[in-house]
Amino acid sequence: MNWIDIGALDDIPVQGARLVKTALGCVAVFRSADDAVFALDDRCPHKGGPLSEGIVHGTHVTCPLHNWVFDLNTGLAQGADEGGVATHPVRVQGGRVLLDAARLQRRSAA
Amino acid sequence: MTRKLVVIGAGMASGRVLEHLAEAAPDAFDITLFNAEPRGNYNRIMLSPVLSGEKSYAEIVTHDDAWYAARGIETRFGEHVTKIDRARRVVVTAKGETGYDRLLIATGSAPFIIPVQGRELAGVVTYRDLDDTDAMIAAAKPGAKAVVVGGGLLGLEAAAGLAMRGMEVTVIHLMGHLMERQLDPAAGYLLQKALEAKGIRIHCKGATKAILGHDRVEAVLLEDGTTYGADLVVMAVGIRPETRLATDAGLEVGRGITVNDALVTSDPAILAVGECVEHDRQLFGLVAPLYDQAKVVAATLLGQEAAFRPVQTATKLKVTGCDLFSAGDFAEGEGREDIVFRDPARGIYKRLVIRDDRLIGTVMYGDTADGAWFFGLIKDGTDIAPMRETLIFGPAHQGGATPDPMAAVAALPPEAEICGCNGVCKGKIVAAVQGGAVTLDAVRAETKASSSCGTCTGLVERVMAATLGDAFAVPAKQGMCKCTDLSHEEVRRLIKAQGLKSIPAVMQELGWSTAGGCHSCRPALNYYLIADWPLEYRDDRQSRFVNERNHANIQKDGTYSVVPRMWGGVTTPTELRAIADAADKYGVPMVKVTGGQRIDLLGVKKEDLPAMWADLNAAGMVSGHAYSKGLRTVKTCVGSEFCRFGTQDSTGLGIRLEKLLWGSWTPHKVKLGVSGCPRNCAEATVKDVGIVCVDSGFQISVAGAAGMEVKETEFLAATPSVDEACEITAAFIQLYREQARYLDRPYRWVAKVGLDRVKAQVVEDRANRAALCARFELSQSVYRKDPWAEHAKPEERPMWAALADLSLEAAE
Repeated sequence: MNWIDIGALDDIPVQGARLVKTALGCVAVFRSADDAVFALDDRCPHKGGPLSEGIVHGTHVTCPLHNWVFDLNTGLAQGADEGGVATHPVRVQGGRVLLDAARLQRRSAA
Repeated sequence: MTRKLVVIGAGMASGRVLEHLAEAAPDAFDITLFNAEPRGNYNRIMLSPVLSGEKSYAEIVTHDDAWYAARGIETRFGEHVTKIDRARRVVVTAKGETGYDRLLIATGSAPFIIPVQGRELAGVVTYRDLDDTDAMIAAAKPGAKAVVVGGGLLGLEAAAGLAMRGMEVTVIHLMGHLMERQLDPAAGYLLQKALEAKGIRIHCKGATKAILGHDRVEAVLLEDGTTYGADLVVMAVGIRPETRLATDAGLEVGRGITVNDALVTSDPAILAVGECVEHDRQLFGLVAPLYDQAKVVAATLLGQEAAFRPVQTATKLKVTGCDLFSAGDFAEGEGREDIVFRDPARGIYKRLVIRDDRLIGTVMYGDTADGAWFFGLIKDGTDIAPMRETLIFGPAHQGGATPDPMAAVAALPPEAEICGCNGVCKGKIVAAVQGGAVTLDAVRAETKASSSCGTCTGLVERVMAATLGDAFAVPAKQGMCKCTDLSHEEVRRLIKAQGLKSIPAVMQELGWSTAGGCHSCRPALNYYLIADWPLEYRDDRQSRFVNERNHANIQKDGTYSVVPRMWGGVTTPTELRAIADAADKYGVPMVKVTGGQRIDLLGVKKEDLPAMWADLNAAGMVSGHAYSKGLRTVKTCVGSEFCRFGTQDSTGLGIRLEKLLWGSWTPHKVKLGVSGCPRNCAEATVKDVGIVCVDSGFQISVAGAAGMEVKETEFLAATPSVDEACEITAAFIQLYREQARYLDRPYRWVAKVGLDRVKAQVVEDRANRAALCARFELSQSVYRKDPWAEHAKPEERPMWAALADLSLEAAE
């Protein structure tokens, strides 16, 4: 694991998200109503909508462009829609949000 | 030889250590007990009843002078230890030095005081010890005002105690709901409701900016500008371990004094216990783990092997009769599932969090009788798969056959109450059904069952089904979304009828089946609450669609479009220059004129929005709300000012209407048009409200459309007076705001309610029109303001950019 401190938990709105820029596109870091955090690629597989701008409900987010719903745990589209986005390990320690960037780096090496 | 033990601090943890030592080995140590407070050990947890007047100090003393004397403990109360000299093994006070063989540090914790202006004023107190409590009691005159900063356990206990002493109490809490560490939003809402019913005012999402006053405290000012008068301010935002002595002595200190499993610090001769210690990177505040520590400290001192192992602790809290229980980990997370049970009528909320068929956390409010059983399941890691279906109903419902809801209803006796609101029992419903009421509406009309809050509807239907057998067809539900069977109209009615003023309140009282709603009910609820409670409700930005949350329209590539307001479609060379400058400065790829007579700057990056808005603000322009379910544009023609056919000043009226209506939120977007003559160059007769000027005055028509459907407006009223034209327009918009379902344009709403009813309320009943206008104006006193200016403030801007940029690190 390569944990990178990306900021304070309080910098992410409750039931909202913030972006982390990487060389391989943006990662959306979500914060649920209970302060759990999730990291998903910020690109809806349907038409590329920014998931970070979607409405967060429970452990789901709805894409702002065409209302596809994704499970924040698995990155999988819900209901009749098929597809998914990559998820990345993320955790909170002492009020700081840590993102595992290992996978992003591996993909860049490949 | 008897060894010398010095104890610094007479709190609950050290008190328990002394008890263990006195019991196990009364002669092992010569003990000297120092305490900065001029008194011995008392039960700190019971300070709340002392504050409220339910108990006296004498009743909460755990060890009195006789107790210490009988056990030969030398007490040095009111004497501050100022230094520990580890090399010479002595502690230093103003009265001299005391030597030790073993030292126990039990300095506890100190209240955290937020560094705001005015914190040193007289009348600002913390809530930690008996002196604080006495200070609060002294200030607690009936009718005097108290502000408690901090809505955690301690703050709420202080608030409840002061309220019981007759004070007018306000609690300021930084987070979105009370006790956010122990409770989820739904339980926090129920707690808030219970406290408010006791007359305590709760202000969540409130950041304290300053404490105001000359010689002593007079008021508390919040960041949002709210001010609360205060004769007493209680700081209860949190505590931190009191580690100064240990730090000065060079002991290893993290957030607390670092100890090993035996509670020994980095100096083998020194132990520490209680709230001042840090064990395995954890701090401790609840009393149960402190008592466990005390046991280990006593054993270690007596040379026995012992190790402190923190166990999971449950919090069962009694805040002035509010029944709360929480245990384990109840945050949402990977692979976790929720089971939620709500009983709005009894104010009950239960939530179980499950991972891999094991219960890992629970939050309960209102009925906590099963808390211990659930806590047991969490601690034991019991496989709950076999009882999952009925788990939430507790131990009483386990072990039997899987309950069938139909069988349960069929088994109910005739006198069993089905509808709590109207006191309707099962027998009455059965009689009505047998008498020919075979639809839900008919049963409602006959018995009133399920006609008030509606939460018993499912039960009523089951009674009907059990009575009718196969003849009963459950009507297709038209709920507003998958989270509820209630329709938009029912939800709107119940929000008003039950006085629901927050999204958690609606979800709890109306029995939402999900913990946090979904993308279709949340924006609707947010709108309904804004429209119904303009002064009390605070807009929930996270319940808004992206465009309204970001005050710009998102485009297919994730960029935004920016449309400054041009009142009535009129602009100036200066404004045009500012727009052109902004387009250049931020590299806007397309500048386009819109159908509503505005200029659209397309392709703006999110992080550039606040700076661009600030530039446009500086040139006197505000948001055009081209993104909102609200007043969009008032399109005008040039009218009598320049046009040779113009009959009235249509441009002036358009500007006036736009200045009246802008910033208001509505169920869907609202567009107006004002034409200066029947040639209708502003295309007013396909707008939501269209005004066509004629020689004799103004013809107002409503409910047009020019989108997916094209529909001409219908005539509403004619008036010679420009003032009346504005009044009728505002009253129409307000009626639409109050009655329409979310995402219905005015033409859809008018089609449902009928134009005649709208006319009667807006045109004919003048008193009603005035009342509608007054309610609109009240709402506008809050919402007629520029959101761009708010978000363009320097302190807001970082939130619009990325949280972090790892593009360089990821490329390595």
